[in-house]
This record gives sequence, C-alpha cells and structure tokens, in this order.
Amino acid sequence: MTGFLPKRAMGLLALGVSLIAGSASARDLTVVAWGGSSQAAQREVYYRPFTEQTRVPLLEDSWSGGLGILRTRVQAGNPTWDVVQVESDELQLGCDEGLYERIDWAALGGRDAFMPEAVSDCGVGAVVWSVGLTYDGSRLRDAPASWADFWNTQRFPGQRTLRRGPKYTLEIALMSDGVPQSEVYRVLRTPAGVDRAFRRLDQLRPNIVWWTAGAQPGQLLASGEVVMAAAYTSRMFAARRDDRRDFRVVWNGSVYAVDHWVVLRGSQNRDNAMRFVQFATRPENQSRFPTLAMQGVTNLRAARQVDPAVATSLPTHPDNLAVAVSLDVEFWVDNIEELTQRFNAWAAR
Amino acid sequence: MSLPLAPVDRALRWGLITLCVTILAFLLVPVLAVIPLSFNAGSFLTYPLAGFSTRWYVDFYTSARWLPSLSNSLFIGSIATLIATLLGTAAALGLDRMGGIPRQVLNAVFLLPVVVPVVVIGSSLYALFARLGLTGSYLGLILAHALLGAPFVVITVAATLAGFDRSLLQAALSLGATPLEAFRRVTLPLILPGVVSGAIFAFATSFDEIVVTLFLAGPQQRTLPLQMFDGVREQISPAITAAATLLFLVSVGLVGVIELLRRRTERLRGAASSGS
Amino acid sequence: MRRTLPQLSNWLLVLPLFLFSAGIFVAPIALMLLRSVQDPELAAAFPRTAAELARWDGQDLPRPEAMSTFITELRGVRGTDRISFAANRLNADISGFRSMLLRTARMLPQADGGDAAETLRRIDARWGERSTWTAMRRASGPVTDYFLLAALDLQRDDDGAVAAVPAERAVFVGVFLRTLWVSILVTGFCLLLGYPLAYLLASLPARYANPLLVLVLIPFWTSVLVRTTAWIVLLQRDGLVNGLLRRIGLIEQPLTLIYNRTGVLIAMVHVLLPLMILPLYSVMKGIGRAPMLAAMSLGARPFEAFLRVYLPQSRAGIGAGCLLVFISALGYYVTPELIGGGGDQMISYFIAFYTNRTTNWGLAGALSLILLLATGLLYIAYARLSRATGPAR
Repeated sequence: MTGFLPKRAMGLLALGVSLIAGSASARDLTVVAWGGSSQAAQREVYYRPFTEQTRVPLLEDSWSGGLGILRTRVQAGNPTWDVVQVESDELQLGCDEGLYERIDWAALGGRDAFMPEAVSDCGVGAVVWSVGLTYDGSRLRDAPASWADFWNTQRFPGQRTLRRGPKYTLEIALMSDGVPQSEVYRVLRTPAGVDRAFRRLDQLRPNIVWWTAGAQPGQLLASGEVVMAAAYTSRMFAARRDDRRDFRVVWNGSVYAVDHWVVLRGSQNRDNAMRFVQFATRPENQSRFPTLAMQGVTNLRAARQVDPAVATSLPTHPDNLAVAVSLDVEFWVDNIEELTQRFNAWAAR
Repeated sequence: MSLPLAPVDRALRWGLITLCVTILAFLLVPVLAVIPLSFNAGSFLTYPLAGFSTRWYVDFYTSARWLPSLSNSLFIGSIATLIATLLGTAAALGLDRMGGIPRQVLNAVFLLPVVVPVVVIGSSLYALFARLGLTGSYLGLILAHALLGAPFVVITVAATLAGFDRSLLQAALSLGATPLEAFRRVTLPLILPGVVSGAIFAFATSFDEIVVTLFLAGPQQRTLPLQMFDGVREQISPAITAAATLLFLVSVGLVGVIELLRRRTERLRGAASSGS
Repeated sequence: MRRTLPQLSNWLLVLPLFLFSAGIFVAPIALMLLRSVQDPELAAAFPRTAAELARWDGQDLPRPEAMSTFITELRGVRGTDRISFAANRLNADISGFRSMLLRTARMLPQADGGDAAETLRRIDARWGERSTWTAMRRASGPVTDYFLLAALDLQRDDDGAVAAVPAERAVFVGVFLRTLWVSILVTGFCLLLGYPLAYLLASLPARYANPLLVLVLIPFWTSVLVRTTAWIVLLQRDGLVNGLLRRIGLIEQPLTLIYNRTGVLIAMVHVLLPLMILPLYSVMKGIGRAPMLAAMSLGARPFEAFLRVYLPQSRAGIGAGCLLVFISALGYYVTPELIGGGGDQMISYFIAFYTNRTTNWGLAGALSLILLLATGLLYIAYARLSRATGPAR
C-alpha cells in the first residue's frame, strides 16, 4: 500500500515480527461455517472424521456471511481463515475479484457428480438450505400459512424476526404484499419493486427484531420474544429434535439456495484446505449430513441415499421445492452491494 | 445524627435508604440472576428453570471451545499483565521524579489508552497488525492487552509513590546502599501494593477485554469473552451462563484481593505517618 | 553532577513504556486517522489514468487519449488485487461501480483498436457519463476530503461543490446525534441513581460503608459480557422483569424491553453506574459532615442545607463522574451490538463495520477522527471548567 508507511520499512518490520512471532506459519487449517446445528453436524460428519483420517488438525470458526468480511481478510493480508462456506452470490462476486483459489474438479470426481447449481470455478456446493416462515406451535394456536400472515399484526400480535440484510428479506416482503412467487424477481428488478419492498418493510418495522446469526431466531422463538420468524428451516427441525420444541415450518414461500465451500486466496494451508473440500463433498461423507443437519446436499450420489424419514423435512424434497422460491443468484450478484447499502441506511435510521 | 430531625426529614432519610437499597439491587440482582440459570436442565436461557442440572458445567469442561478459550484468556492475560506491570511500574517510578511539561505530556500519553474509545484502538491495531501478519496471533493480542493494562499500573503505582516518604530512600543512600539495593530494600516493599493492584487491574482488563479481541483474534486465540460474545450472538447455549458464573466468581475474588491490599496500604500509611 | 545522573535514569525508566505506547498506540492511531485523508487505491491501479484525470477540466468527458490509457491500464491489472482495491474505493462513492469495473475488465477486447470511448461505452453505457469519470477523478488522490465529507453525510457533486448526499444514503449525522443523545441519557440516569447512593455511602460510618462499597465494586469488576448476558436473560419477553411486572399486576401483555432503545439504556446505565458512584463517593467523603451540620446548627433544614452547602461542594465529583460515564458511553460498542436493534447502533458500531465487514478504512478513519475529536473536546472543556471554578475543595 502506498500511503501507508513506505513499503520497504513495512516489509522489514513484518519480517522482524514474523521472526519473533513464528506464529504465522504454524496456524492450523481453519474451516468457517454458519454456526449452530448446521456446524454441529459438520463437526460430526466432516471435521472430526477428516482429522482422524488425515491427522491434519482442524480449527473451526463461524460467521454470518458478507463478502466484505472475506474481502477485508484477503486484502488486509494474512487471512486467518482457509475454507469458508459462502452463499452463491458471495461465491460469484468473490471469484471475479480473485478472492478464492480455483477448484480442481477432476480431484472431486468431475463436475457431473454434482447438481448443476453446485458447480463453479471457485467453489463446490456444500449444502442446500432454505429460509421459511416458522413459529412455535405451542404458543400460536392460530397457525400462520403465508408471509401475508407474517405481516398481519392484528391476527398475530407481537414481534417478528427477519435477517438483517436485503437478501431474501426483500423477496419475503414482496410475497407478503401479494406478489406471486414466480413474479418476485421480475418485480424486484424494477426500481418501483424495490421501493415497494422497502415500503412493505416500513409497515412492519415497529414489530421487527433483526437477527444476524442463524441461531438467533430459534432463541427468539423459544423465549417468546417473537411470534414468528423468517428462519433457516434446518435449525427449526434440529430444535424440534434436540430440544423437543414444537417449532413448525411453513414451506409455502420459502426461499432456498446452495452454499459453497471456497478456499481463500493466499491461504497458508491451501493443500490441506483442498483436501478438506474433497473430503466434505465425497458421497459417502455427504450422505450422513442431511440426517444430522436437516439440510440438503449437493453430491448427486449422496442426495439419493438420504433417509426417507428425513427427506420430507429437507429443502430438497420435491413437495417443498414445488412451493418454494429459488434464490436468484444473478439478481443478487448484480444488486447485493447497492441494496445492502440502502438496507443498512434504512435499518440504521 | 447529633441533631434532632423533623418528621419530614426523617421520612426523607428513610426514603433515601429505600432508594439506595433499590439501586444496589439494580446493580447486583442482574449479575446474581444468571447463576441459577447455569444450573438449568433445559437448553434455552429462560426462566422458569426446567430442573436442576450441572450439565452446562460438564459442557463447559468437555466442549472443544470453552476450556481452550479459558486457557487462552489466562495465558494472554498473564503475559500481558507481566509486560504491563514491568513497563508501567518503571514508567511510574521515572515519572515520579520528573517534573514540569515532560511529566505532563508523558503522563497523558500513558493514560490515553484508557480514554480513547476501544473501537478506535481496535480498528487501528487491526489495520496495522494485518499488514505485519500479527492478526490471528498470540503476540498481537498480548501486545494489545498489555497496552490497555499498562495505564492502570502507572496509576496505581503513582498513587502509592505519592504517599511515599522520600527521606527513607535518601537515608538508605546516605548509609551507603547502592541505588539498586535501596530500590529493592526500601522502594519496592513500599510500592508493592500498588504494583500488585495495578497488575490485578491489568489482568482484569485483559480478562474482560472483548472489543480489541474481536478485531485481532483468530479462531486459535479465542478468549473467554470472545467465546461468550459469539455464544450470545450466534450459538446460544446456557453454557454461557456457566461461563458467566465462573467469570463472576473470578471477579469477586479479584475484588477481595484488591480490598485486602487497600486495607494493607492504609494500615502501612497510617503506621508510617504516625511514626514520623 | 549528582543531579544529572538520576535525571538520566528517570528517562531510562520511562523510555520502555514510551516506545511501547508510541509503537502500539500512537502510531497505529495516527496512521488510521491519516487514512481519512489519503486516497491511494485508484492511483495505485491506474497511475497514468489518474495523472490524466488530474489534468482534465471536469467538463464533458476526458480526452480519448485518457480513455485509451485507462483501457491499457485496466487490461494490465485484470485479476490482481490492485483492481479489487480500486473497485472497492470507487464502489464506496457510486454503488454498482465495482461490478461495472470488474465486468469491463473482463470484457475488454484483447487488442487495441477503434475508438476507446466507444469500446468502453459498448461494454457499459455508464462509461459515457460524465459522473462516472468525475467519480474517478475524485478518487485519484493522493489526498481527498471524500471520507471526511462522507462521515458528515456530505459529498462533492460533479462540479466539485459540496452537497448533501441523497436522503436514503444519509446515515452518519443521525448516528452521531443518536450517540450523543444516548450518552446524555445514560449519563443523566447514572447521576440520578449514583448521587443518592454515593451520598448515603459517604455519610455512613466506614464499617457500614466499606461492605456496601464492595457491593458496588463487584458489578464494576464483573465482565461487561456477563452483565450484558444477564440483561438479555432478564429483559426478554418471558424474563424475570416481565414476569415480576405481570405478577404484581402492572402490565397484562409483556413489554418489549430488549432489542430496542430501552434495553440499551438499561444495560448501559447498569454497566456505567459504578463509574459515576466511585468518583462521587471519593469527593463526598472528603466533604465530610461538618459543613452541613454547621449549616443545620445555624437553622437550615437538612434538605436545605444539602442543597445550599453539600451539593455545590460535591460539584467536582459530579463533573468527574459525568465525564467518565459520558466518554465511556460515547465509544460504547458491545452492549448496543448485543442488546440494541437496528436503530440503536452507535458510532463505534459503524467504525467496526467499515473496518471489519467492508474494507473502507478511509471512512473508518474519518469516523474515528470525529469520535476522537468529540472525546477530546469534552475532556478539554471539562479541564477548563474545573480549573475555572477552582480546585475541588
């Protein structure tokens, strides 16, 4: 960086420091996912077995998305993360900016082994997730059935929680306003459609509690802080199973998408990172994931082996896909920056 | 009260006492309310309790995250405290015998890390350390925590020095003691309570520090507060309340030590001033 | 002779901490603040284009030579982090610039040829607009007022005049006012609660006062995170507070006390209250009871004596306590982040946001500068005030 200290002085200083510290080279392989039940499942079927088989120690961290974080880490230098689970738009944008290492598909069993949405130059599909309307059946006797009900504060008094960010929040706002699922992105591609979504959010604003991390909606529902949540469906099913909560999911109008494994550029553990990605996308490993995480998987052979009892609770079940909206990656690649800026300004007011 | 009070004033006084009890309750009850929750059998942070259980303490001790974060906190805290105490004590001794503008300026520089908002310190250090490869390293965190702790050592040592009878040192020197000997025999025992309470302050600062840690720590350097922060925000589990209870007990212990030290100093001061 | 040696040793004692503070504290903050007026990214990626733009008068479009220089340089930095840095910077000014720049770089024809301006315009029509190029000129450095203006919700328009940013992008003035307002409220509540308690503590004999003081110290020493967690637990919908209020019949529906301003205020007052009590107490202990007793023996009622005699004498404690609480509140981060809603975040949140979540060190530096200035001014004002009114006692 020009503008900072002269480059050479900085280099010398860095050299000196790394000699003293010696820590930079000793960092363990670090895998970053989205926390909560999903990461707990990954720990079980990916992290631990990987370390057992390869003897490569593995550190984990969690995050809640946002390409800026990855950009900062790569651009500031010395990224402390190696493998990251990113959303589809983050995959494509980051790939264009050279934030990720390229994937060697031959080592993964070829592109054809995966569902088409999981294949790209910089990443491999990791999970299929969805966000849907959820509520606590033990607290709400009157069952909501659509996003319009989510906005109906007369029939369902109390707070609701939505993710603090424009992605799928704007889609949900439009669906609640009567836009049919097939029309959502056509409307959202017009400036008037975006205004309409924000106006709709304005109406609900006094009743909104924002969540940033995927584990929050469950806590908010359980504590009665909110009556409904736009939440990751997988975590609701996990709470049903593990904590015997009566959380219910409305698949109608849910939004689903694929998350991907990427390896950050400049990773000190590049080779082990790639080994991990290979390990975590092998059919025999992926097939154990849905039962634990209640999320879909991307390797076609693994997807076929899913336990039928679990399958109906997965975003990938045909009945669920039929009433859901597929996240329009192209739309978000083009608009995420601008809409995030507008959303943040709106939310900070 | 030596003067008779009118009934109105007596009512006022009782009002005051009631008010103060309420305020003290406001200060203490929230912290105490967490403790029963840590023995909750259920897995959400809500009252009423689902039953008594020590499962969250077991969780704390067995989980791959909590215990390592505790040892990280202890490790970073102790090294940072050592650095802060050495640097801070030396600086306070030097400052004490300086005067005028240099003293004021240096004093300001040394105390500034307490006044400057931590976020500013955190983000500045992040920008610099990222370039030096010090983000996500123990060294980076230790340096940052030492910086935040040093002012407290300067303050507490300076305070003990302010009540320090300089003639004792003069006497020792005139009796032929080398300066080092005089320091070890005379100065050190007198400032020791200040050094120790400064060190405790520095340790507590590091042990509680979250903002700078948020910027600088990598997953390997996860400290207890960082783990709690993520816990509250991301992976909500009542193990947090178990951690909170343990942290609370640590703070009670530290307050106890500080209180004892304070009394000791007061006693010594009292003895010294009545003796001279 | 005997004087100079200790002088030297004093400096040697002070030196280590001085060097440490200079390296780990003063230098990084100075660099950070400098970032608020530096603009190096664009010139690093497109040095010759930046020079061309500096010569451009800002009317119409830059000369065709400038455009073809730009195309050449753009081709050269494709896929490097320099283009990523430049795109980042331009996108902060005009959102959407990043994708336009990256797409343009990707779609540029391999060989030169034809009209440079036309080539660019075919890839994206915005290259034919003056505002695109004025944005690039604004970013061509090496110094800029862009970030400082942005931190005040201002910008330079295409003609270089300072103007307000569009209403839907204006954030920071509101956030600064909110930060001030929250800090004022927190300071006020702390004084309201802290004063009577400190007064009572100071008036009690030591054998009662000391144990009570320990009760104040324990929360003071307890981690902010422990206390914040505690408030989340207490204030939630099914929490103790709502339960208690419902049981005594004050409310029927549970109140929303968390993820909003109420929760932030309660938790911040709780965290900062000891900072008010401790200085108040130490000043009040110095006042003693004699002046009030004297006033009362002259016929003043206790409350009157308090107002006339005691309150003015405790002014120094009030000043110190309020300053401590206010300055701490200004820079508060953790509690609003965990307990607040979207509309409760204070300036620190945005400094962290622009450092951690989007790489915009210029803006983070500018916001830090304003926060530091506010803190510093307050401190100086306080120092002046306390000097003007004379020593505490």
